[in-house]
Amino acid sequence: MSTRPRWLNPFAWWAWALGLAVMASRTTNPLVLGCVVAVAAYVVAARRPDAAWGRSFRLFLILGAWVIAIRVVLGIAFGAPDGGHVLFSLPSLALPQWAAGVRFGGDVTEPALLSLIFDGVRLAAILACVGAANSLASPSRLLKATPAALYETGVAVVVALTFAPQIVGDADRLRSARRLRGRDTRGIRGFGSVAIPVLEGALEKSLHLAAAMDSRGYGRMAHTSDARRRTIGATFLAALLCATIGAYGALDERIPTSAMVSLLVGSIAMIAVAFVIASRARIRTVYRRDPWSTPEWVTASFGLACALAAISTAASTAMQGPTTLSWPQVPLVSICAIALCVLPAWLTPIPPDRGRR
Amino acid sequence: MIRFEDVTITYDGSVAPVIAHANLHINEGELALVVGPTGSGKTTLLHAINGLVPHFSGGTLSGRVVVDGRDTATHPPRELADVVGVVPQDPMSGFVTDYVEDELAYGMECLGLAPSVMRQRVEEIIDLLGLPEIRDRALASLSGGQRQRVAIGAVMTTHPRILVLDEPTSALDPGAAEEVLAALQRLVHDLGVTVVLAEHRLERVVQYADRIIHVPGNGAPVQIGTAADIMRTASVAPPVVQLGRLAGWNPLPLSVRDARRNAEPLRERLRSAHNEHRQTGAPIDTLAPRLLDVRSVSVAYGTKTALDNVTVTVDPGEILAIMGRNGAGKSTLLGTLVGLHKRSRGSVLVSGGDPADMRGPELISRVGLVPQDPSDLLSRDTVQAECHDSDRDARAPRGTTATILRSLAPDVATSQHPRDLSEGQRLALALAVILAARPPLVLLDEPTRGLDYLTKSRLVEALRTLAAGGHAVVLATHDVELVAEVATRVIVLADGEIVADGTTRDVIAASPLFAPQVWKVLAPQEWLTVAEVEQALGGVR
Repeated sequence: MSTRPRWLNPFAWWAWALGLAVMASRTTNPLVLGCVVAVAAYVVAARRPDAAWGRSFRLFLILGAWVIAIRVVLGIAFGAPDGGHVLFSLPSLALPQWAAGVRFGGDVTEPALLSLIFDGVRLAAILACVGAANSLASPSRLLKATPAALYETGVAVVVALTFAPQIVGDADRLRSARRLRGRDTRGIRGFGSVAIPVLEGALEKSLHLAAAMDSRGYGRMAHTSDARRRTIGATFLAALLCATIGAYGALDERIPTSAMVSLLVGSIAMIAVAFVIASRARIRTVYRRDPWSTPEWVTASFGLACALAAISTAASTAMQGPTTLSWPQVPLVSICAIALCVLPAWLTPIPPDRGRR
Repeated sequence: MIRFEDVTITYDGSVAPVIAHANLHINEGELALVVGPTGSGKTTLLHAINGLVPHFSGGTLSGRVVVDGRDTATHPPRELADVVGVVPQDPMSGFVTDYVEDELAYGMECLGLAPSVMRQRVEEIIDLLGLPEIRDRALASLSGGQRQRVAIGAVMTTHPRILVLDEPTSALDPGAAEEVLAALQRLVHDLGVTVVLAEHRLERVVQYADRIIHVPGNGAPVQIGTAADIMRTASVAPPVVQLGRLAGWNPLPLSVRDARRNAEPLRERLRSAHNEHRQTGAPIDTLAPRLLDVRSVSVAYGTKTALDNVTVTVDPGEILAIMGRNGAGKSTLLGTLVGLHKRSRGSVLVSGGDPADMRGPELISRVGLVPQDPSDLLSRDTVQAECHDSDRDARAPRGTTATILRSLAPDVATSQHPRDLSEGQRLALALAVILAARPPLVLLDEPTRGLDYLTKSRLVEALRTLAAGGHAVVLATHDVELVAEVATRVIVLADGEIVADGTTRDVIAASPLFAPQVWKVLAPQEWLTVAEVEQALGGVR
C-alpha cells in the first residue's frame, strides 16, 4: 500500500498514538504495557522523519525511565503497607502527632512493590505513546492542517518549537566561547552567564524571522474582522477544553461514560461550527495539503480499535498486573488490538526525507 | 523600477542620518551592485526598497521610495511581497518552515495563490535553480550554498520583479559562491528580474554588475554609475581592478578575462623581475619543539566523521591557512586545537600540552581562538568593561587589552556597546581579548566575513605583526585573496581529510577554484598579489 514517499497526515499519527495511550492507561499488566512500548518504538523506528523533532522519541523514553524510578523510590519511602509477603524492611521514622497518616520507611511488601513498578511502567508507556506521536508527526505539518482560524496561534507555537533546537545550539556555542575566555563552563555561574546572551540571541532571531515573514507577505490575506476572529478563536478553545475533559474521562473509569460521551460530542459540534465560520473568510491557501486517504484511515482506525478494545476489556482481571512475582495473564483481545497497531509501520508511506536520497 | 527621491534615513537615537539625500533610479532588468565600507548603510539602503526600513526598523525616512509605482510610505513590506523579494544576510534566519519544498511555497501561500499554480511554480523554480536533489531535504541539513539558493528560490516563487540580496556569497566557499552567482545570472538573463545586491567580496561579483551604487558612509552622498566608472575611483576595489589601475589599463577590466586580454605587455615588463618574489615565511628551525603538533586526529559527530586522520604541525612565525568547502571540517579542526571537541583518536600538543586537559588561564596563555562570530566572546555592555574582564581572565596587568585594542583599531570608543561596533571593530576587540593572555598560537575562524577591503588590510597588517613577533597564526577561511596576501602555508580539507598541504604558492596556484585573481591574470608567471606586482614594477623602473 505504501507507494510514493509522502507525509502521513499528522492527525492520523496522533489518533494512532492516542489509541495506544488509552490502552496503556487502562492496564497495569506489564505484558500489555511492554507490547505498547514495543509497538510504538517499532513504528517510530520504521517511519520517523530525519528531522530534529524526529529524534525526540528517545527523550520521552528516558523521561519514562525517570518516572518509573521516582515513582518507585517515593512509593517505597512513603507507601502504606499492603499486607502480603514482606520483601525487606527500611528503618522507619517515628513522625510527630500532627503528621499522623504519613509514614516514612517501614516494611516493603511484594504486592506493594510490584504495583508501584507497574504503575510507573504505565505512566512511562503513556509517555512513550506521546513521544511516538511527537516524532512521527511534524509540528509544522500539524500547523498546516490546523483550521485557518487557529493559524496565528499555531504560527507562534511552531516558531517556538523550531527555536528550541536553535537555542540549544546557541547555548553550546556560548559555553565554548566561555572556555575560550578561560572561564569556568560548568556550575550555576557558567549557566547564568550563558542564559542572558542566549535569550538575547533568541530575541534577535525572532525579530529577523518576523522581518522575513513580513517581507514575504505574511498577514496579507487576513482581512478578517476582529470580532469574527475572536468568535472563532473562543469557539475553538471551548471545543478543545471539552475535548480534553472528555479525553480525560476516557482515561479514568470513575467518570460516567454518558458525561464523557456528551462532552466529546459537544466538542465535535463546536469544532464544526468554528470551521463553518472560519471557512467563510478567505485567509490563505495551502500548498499540498496532506490528504486523508487509505493509509490515514488505516492508521487512525487501528488506534481507535485499540482504544475501544482497552475500554471494553478494562474491567477484566487479565488487565491487572500480578500481585506476586509470577507470569502475568495474557489478555488476548488487547494483545491482538495492540498488534494491529504495528501494521502502520508497513502500511504507511515513507516520509520523503528518508525515502529519496 | 526602483526610484529613490531625495531619501534621507535617520535611525531613532542617532543624530546623523545613515543615508542623506540619495537620488537613485534603478532600471528594469538591471543588476545593481551596492558597495561601500562596513557599516556605511548598505543594508539600510536594501531594506528601504521593500519598506522594512522604516516600517519594521523604526527611524524616519524623508523623501520618497517608489517601487514599481508603489510608494513604500503607504505600502508596508507585506503589500510589496509580490513585487520585491528580499533574501536576508543569513538565509537560515529567514526560513519559516522545515523543508525545502514547503519553504518554496510559503510566500505563495501568504499571497493566497491557487494550489495548482503553486505546484507549477515550485517545479519551475526547482528546475531553474537546480534544486531537484534537495527538494525533500530538511533546511537544517543543507550546505551554505544550497541554503542560499533555496532562499532565493523561496522569494522567486511569488514572481517578484525585483530581487534584493544582502551579501549572498560572503559566507560561502568559492565553489558554492559560483553556484549562487550562476543562479542569479539565469534569473537576470532569462526572467529579466531586476537584482539589487550588496557584497563585500567584489572580486566575485563586480563583473556581473551593470551598475554600481557606491555608499561611502558617514552621510556622504550616494553615487550610482556604470561599474567601470565607479570602480575607477571607488574606495573599495577587487584585486583585478587594482591591478588595472596600477597598469593604467583603459578601459578598466572588471573580470579576469578582460584583464588577461590586456595583460601581455604587463607580463613582458614583469618577465625580468620574475624571480624577485617576496620570500614568505620565517626560516624554520627544525630542531626547536613544534608550537603545534597534531597527529592522526579523528573527530566524529555521532556517526558522521568530521575529521579523519589529520596530521599537521605549525612553527612560530608561520601563518597557516585552512581552506576547503563549507562543512569540510575547518571549524572542527580549529575547535579541536583548543579542546572543544572530543577526539576519537590521535593527539594534539600545543606548546607541549594537550589543550583538552587545560582550563582557564593555563589554556588561554597557550592558545586563543577568535570564533566565527566574534561577538560570542563578548558579554559585557561596554568595550571598557570587556577589556577590564579580559585583563582579569588573563591575569594580565590592568590596561593590557585596551592597549592592544588601540594598536589594532585606534578609533574604538571605550564607552560603546560591543553590539554597536562595526564588524571590523568587533573583530579587533575579540582579537585584543584573545591576545591579552599572550598565547603563542592564535586561531581565527573565518575572520574576513563581512569586512571591507580597508579593514581587511588592517587585519593583514595585524596578522603579519603577530607572525613577525614569533606568534603562529592559523586561520580558516574561504577568502582566497586574504590567503594570497598573508598565508605562508595552506592546507586544504575535504570531508575531514587533508588533501593538500604546502606553501601558499604551490597549493592555491594549482587549483582553478582557489587561485587569486592576480595569479589568474598573470599566469604562467607566478604573482599572487597586487602588492607583489607593484613592488616588482618599482624594481624594474
